[in-house]
Amino acid sequence: MGGLQKKKYERGSATNYITRNKARKKLQLSLADFRRLCILKGIYPHEPKHKKKVNKGSTAPRTFYLFKDIRFLLHEPIVRKFREYKVFVRKLRKAYGKAEWTGVERLRDNKPGYKLDHIIKERYPTFIDALRDIDDALSMCFLFSTFARTGKCHVQTITLCRRLTVEWMNYVVTSRSLRKVFLSIKGIYYQAEVLGQLITWLVPYQFAHDHPTDVDYRVMATFTEMYTTLFGFINFRLYQTLNLVYPPKLDSKAESELKAEHEEDYAMDSESYLEKLSALSASLARVVATAEEEENQLDLFPTEGEDQENMQAREKEQKEQEAQKRLFEGLKFFLNREVPRESLAFILRCFGAEVSWDKSLCIGGTYEVTDETITHQIVDRPDMDKQYINRYYIQPQWVFDSVNAQMRLPVEDYFLGTTLPPHLSPFVEEKDGDYVPPEKLKLMALQRGEKPVQEDDEEEEEEDDEEEEEEDEEEDDVDDEELTEEKNLKKMEGTRAQGKTLAVKVTPGKVKPWETGSVGNKVRLEQEEKAEEKRLAIMMMKKKEKYLYDKIMFGKKRTTREVNKLTAKRKAHEDASKAQKKQKKAKKQ
Amino acid sequence: MRTVNLESQKNGTMSKAKEKSAKKRVVEEDDDQLPIFDKDVTEKKAGEEDDADLSDSEESVFSGLEDSGSDSHDEEEDAEEGDDEDDDDAVILDEILTKSSGVETATEPPATDKNTPTVNMGVLFLLQKQYSRVQNVKTAPKQKRKMKKGEGVAMDDGGEKGLINTRHGDEYEHDTSDEEDIRNTVGNIPMEWYQDYPHIGYNLDGKKIFKPIRNKDELDEFLDKMENPDYWRTVHDKTTASDIRLSDEQVDLVHRLQKGQFGDVNFNEYEPSVDFFTNEVMIHPVTNRPQDKRSFIPSLIEKEKVSKLVHAIKMGWIKPRKPKETTPQYYDLWAKEDPNAILGRHKMHVPAPKMRLPGHEESYNPPPEYLLTEEERMAWEQQDAEDRKLPFLPQKHSCLRAVPAFSRFIHERFERCLDLYLCPRQRKMRVNVNPEDLIPKLPKPKDLQPFPTTMSLVYIGHSSLVRSISASPTGQWLVSGSDDCTVRFWEVNTGRCMKTLEVGGAVKSVAWNPNPAVCLVAVCFESTVLLLNPGLGDRLVVSSTDQLITSYEPPEEDKEQAVTWALSEGPEHDNGHRLTLTHPKAVKQVVWHGKGDYLASVMPDNSSNLQVLIHQVSKRRTQNPFRKNKGLVQCVSFHPLRPYFFVATQRYVRVYNLIKQELTKKLMTNCKWISSMAIHPGGDNLICGSYDCRLAWFDLDLSTKPYKMLRHHKKALRGVAYHKHYPLFASGADDGSVIICHGMVYNDLLQNPLIVPVKVLKGHQITHDLGVLDVTFHPTQPWVFSSGADATIRLFT
Repeated sequence: MGGLQKKKYERGSATNYITRNKARKKLQLSLADFRRLCILKGIYPHEPKHKKKVNKGSTAPRTFYLFKDIRFLLHEPIVRKFREYKVFVRKLRKAYGKAEWTGVERLRDNKPGYKLDHIIKERYPTFIDALRDIDDALSMCFLFSTFARTGKCHVQTITLCRRLTVEWMNYVVTSRSLRKVFLSIKGIYYQAEVLGQLITWLVPYQFAHDHPTDVDYRVMATFTEMYTTLFGFINFRLYQTLNLVYPPKLDSKAESELKAEHEEDYAMDSESYLEKLSALSASLARVVATAEEEENQLDLFPTEGEDQENMQAREKEQKEQEAQKRLFEGLKFFLNREVPRESLAFILRCFGAEVSWDKSLCIGGTYEVTDETITHQIVDRPDMDKQYINRYYIQPQWVFDSVNAQMRLPVEDYFLGTTLPPHLSPFVEEKDGDYVPPEKLKLMALQRGEKPVQEDDEEEEEEDDEEEEEEDEEEDDVDDEELTEEKNLKKMEGTRAQGKTLAVKVTPGKVKPWETGSVGNKVRLEQEEKAEEKRLAIMMMKKKEKYLYDKIMFGKKRTTREVNKLTAKRKAHEDASKAQKKQKKAKKQ
Repeated sequence: MRTVNLESQKNGTMSKAKEKSAKKRVVEEDDDQLPIFDKDVTEKKAGEEDDADLSDSEESVFSGLEDSGSDSHDEEEDAEEGDDEDDDDAVILDEILTKSSGVETATEPPATDKNTPTVNMGVLFLLQKQYSRVQNVKTAPKQKRKMKKGEGVAMDDGGEKGLINTRHGDEYEHDTSDEEDIRNTVGNIPMEWYQDYPHIGYNLDGKKIFKPIRNKDELDEFLDKMENPDYWRTVHDKTTASDIRLSDEQVDLVHRLQKGQFGDVNFNEYEPSVDFFTNEVMIHPVTNRPQDKRSFIPSLIEKEKVSKLVHAIKMGWIKPRKPKETTPQYYDLWAKEDPNAILGRHKMHVPAPKMRLPGHEESYNPPPEYLLTEEERMAWEQQDAEDRKLPFLPQKHSCLRAVPAFSRFIHERFERCLDLYLCPRQRKMRVNVNPEDLIPKLPKPKDLQPFPTTMSLVYIGHSSLVRSISASPTGQWLVSGSDDCTVRFWEVNTGRCMKTLEVGGAVKSVAWNPNPAVCLVAVCFESTVLLLNPGLGDRLVVSSTDQLITSYEPPEEDKEQAVTWALSEGPEHDNGHRLTLTHPKAVKQVVWHGKGDYLASVMPDNSSNLQVLIHQVSKRRTQNPFRKNKGLVQCVSFHPLRPYFFVATQRYVRVYNLIKQELTKKLMTNCKWISSMAIHPGGDNLICGSYDCRLAWFDLDLSTKPYKMLRHHKKALRGVAYHKHYPLFASGADDGSVIICHGMVYNDLLQNPLIVPVKVLKGHQITHDLGVLDVTFHPTQPWVFSSGADATIRLFT
């Protein structure tokens, strides 16, 4: 056995990873700078497969970076900029200390800065890569653009974020790429399909933020710095693809219209311009002035078999999309002042509607309330004093639900002051076995073109309450015995109120199928046998497979349990509401 | 040292005295105390007389003053001269003093003023100041005291100077060691140089100062010390060689200085400080010097500089600073994008997962089933933030305008940021398998029949747990041993208890002799193994068995045996007892060899090699096959065909060749504690049940490790058994179930045994956490017997 003894932890995974502190020392950076560098360069810790091996036998909790990542950081030119900045700060402090104000000014003028262009290019070699990763950037920029101009971060950052988000929204409007919207309790989710990528972002509701104290805004600011750079380049490229002028300019026609109205409100033209852009009511100027681009048709190639089917499916999808893009085309909306103007204007414009609002609400409104051609007025108040007869007064949820349903939903449910139907998330795709809320089923039926039957039923139900009740009872007897007592009591009350006698009835008992004869018995036996076979086979499983199997089965059981729970809850709720209705009716009588 | 001290003290005292006098002068009191040092005074007077020429020394006086004021005088440089000057000073000032003593303070300024015409401006200034100081009695002492203190320590001789200071209250007047009260003019030399001379120096007149006639010797010193009450305050002045008695004030001063206090009693060291310069900006210039001409003329140098700059600007060399570009510039970054460029840095890159998309429950107006009930809400609130399934509470708002801001919005964004840059990423393979595919495809149990499927008979009779059962080779009878100290014989087909035998202890094990020609049952309880002839079945067999036992002839030489063989007689014989083997220790198990002649008994004992005994019934011989103790023996078994002997200790099964008397194999069971063992009738396979719920199948030809580990039972296995003819094996466990498995062993060595569980038989009740204690197969039929802790035996057919 010759040769040198191999030392432990000098090869293999131990050398592929490096702890954070070691990495920091290698880069000669402070923790803050290291953090900044990691954020900008997109370096993140890796979880090694064998943590103990990498940790040289210790089990202490440590974060590991890939050694290659750190080596890659070594040659980053931005590190030098960090050091320069550090020196700058030191000099500045010294100048302050000595009260050399000219020196301070000079230093300020020559403050070192850095650009992130090369990092963006390096992190996202192709445009699609960048687009794929823009979700977080969008959400962050939308958040920052809602910050107050004081305190937490630089005003330039906020204005830049605002500018970029407005540009983005204008792009989405122009390209009509919005697909789904969702009003959640957190904010409004939007999903757009840009160049084949699904991009989702979240916009908070328009409120002043209550800034938490346990959040490190420096981290957020660093992220925002990176995101704004990325976002700007993406916007530029997107505008280029649509032949739009970047930075965006309003259509000359629209501009002149707007100019006439709101000249005196703003001191500076630059200020009002962003506002006009963010109003989203006017179209943007194009580089090459063309008329509305012709929708390019899919070329048809002769194909056969499956391909043909695929082709047809694709064609159908395409058509549907086109239809969705024109969802609100030809409609004229007017936004009341209490609805969120920006989001609604954005959505409506994305689907080809005309939108306007009160002049005092925001710049950019194109027509007045009194306009006779308005088809829908979006209202979020219990009642309106003055109503026009030739327009619908609907609540804002209609817009969102219609967009998600890809069709104009019947407006009756969304009228002024009515109780709204539940607002469902368009992002949930139910697999078989998952719980599907009844509203969704109804919606799917609507989409398929079936007439809504449910409502008629309900009315009928109310009409011939008596029969219903008895039927109900029967059902209850079979289904759940728990509720029967309650039911009985209620029914008694009901009858007493109505002053009618209870019809005594005997229902024929149902015989369980396996008790009837040998056929059922056989079936049951077979089933049992099968089950036992399976049980026995499971006993013979290998340990590993058994573990996996158990896990899968556990997960399945959990989902079914949850589904059952939701169904039960729904049922209880419906029963309760029904009972309430009945009570009300009884009281009336 | 002593001299130094003395001088300083003297000086201090004097100055103090003088100062006092000055004060007195101010308050107009009599100055009778003024001369403290009589000698001094007298000598001074003499000096005064000698040095009469006042005008002559005037110049020097002021120069001296100035010197002292500037404080830059070098004392060593010109000692003689300095001395003279200082002397002069002293004299003059003394005169001033004398003049002014008894005169009011108001009269003092003229006394000083009279000198002014002859001196220059600076001195005048000084004197004015000095005057103001004298007037300002409060402030003056502070400075004075400071100086005096410094001198007192640092200087040899400052007496005169102190005097001066006090007289005039002037800090500029003090000076260095030159100003001494000099009686001896030899200067600052070691006085030993004069040891051999009758004199010790020269006085001011140049006359020798003679030493005293007689020097004080030790005796004188002693006498002085004893007799002179002032001895402690007497000091010797080396320069004059005379003793000086210190006055009270001087002693006091010494004490004060020793304590580190100021020399002056009246000095207040905590006086409020008074700004030397005023802090207010004055409107008038200090000087009224006219402005320079150059301040009215434009600077040529500046003009040159400006013209240079102007020229540079004209030439376009200097440009105004460009305003900084604050808004970032965007361009087509991906103009030259390479579609083949690898994404990211390396293949280890893990892209961040996207945020989870919201479900129905996040809606502002969710369907009612997604809202939490009261209990669920309570549970949600009590959970930790990490444990919550939903990070928020679903809420229902009737309309959009009622939706409030989400308070954790910034938090969630921030957490996402943290996740992006702090959270370690790992690629995880998601298993996407159909769980049905994981279940192994086994032959259907239906195709593997026959095997016991239903419980047919229950043998009831025992009153305590039935530890062991055994079926007769014909399959007609069944013997069972129980903790109620009985052995019962049952007819298998009817379930009837044929016989009940009381034995003297809880029966641990029973074993029916497998030889069909012999009707013997081995029963063990406590330390006894009993061979019974139940007298059931074929009469001929029964009688032949009895004959076999009685036909025994003891051998000639009696060998010492570990076990005593005893033949039963009398009523015991009628009960069926034939032979009694009394062991030295408690016996746990008995087992027959296939031929029925040999019998092995197990006495588990961790500390001795006497754990297993093999008895030969026909010869009534007993031998201990093992010399060494290899661990606690759990059970033993004979190989059905070959002369092998299996011994199961806690974790291993050892296979011994009885003929060669050697260990052939050691099987690792991977179990914690073996409970039971059974050998396949073919002899090549073995199963081991263990208390840790496992059953290990060994293929002896294959390996010493288990071919298969079966974890079918939920609790400890107690008994395992093979069927003699059918490919079946059974295991009974504490969970009360007996599991029957199909265990097909093929003759083809290349084919591994097929093990398929075919049936789980349940019937036994669990009592005291014990279920099935023993299982055994019917010798011919595919039936299995099981005995349980519920005191029953059950037959499954």
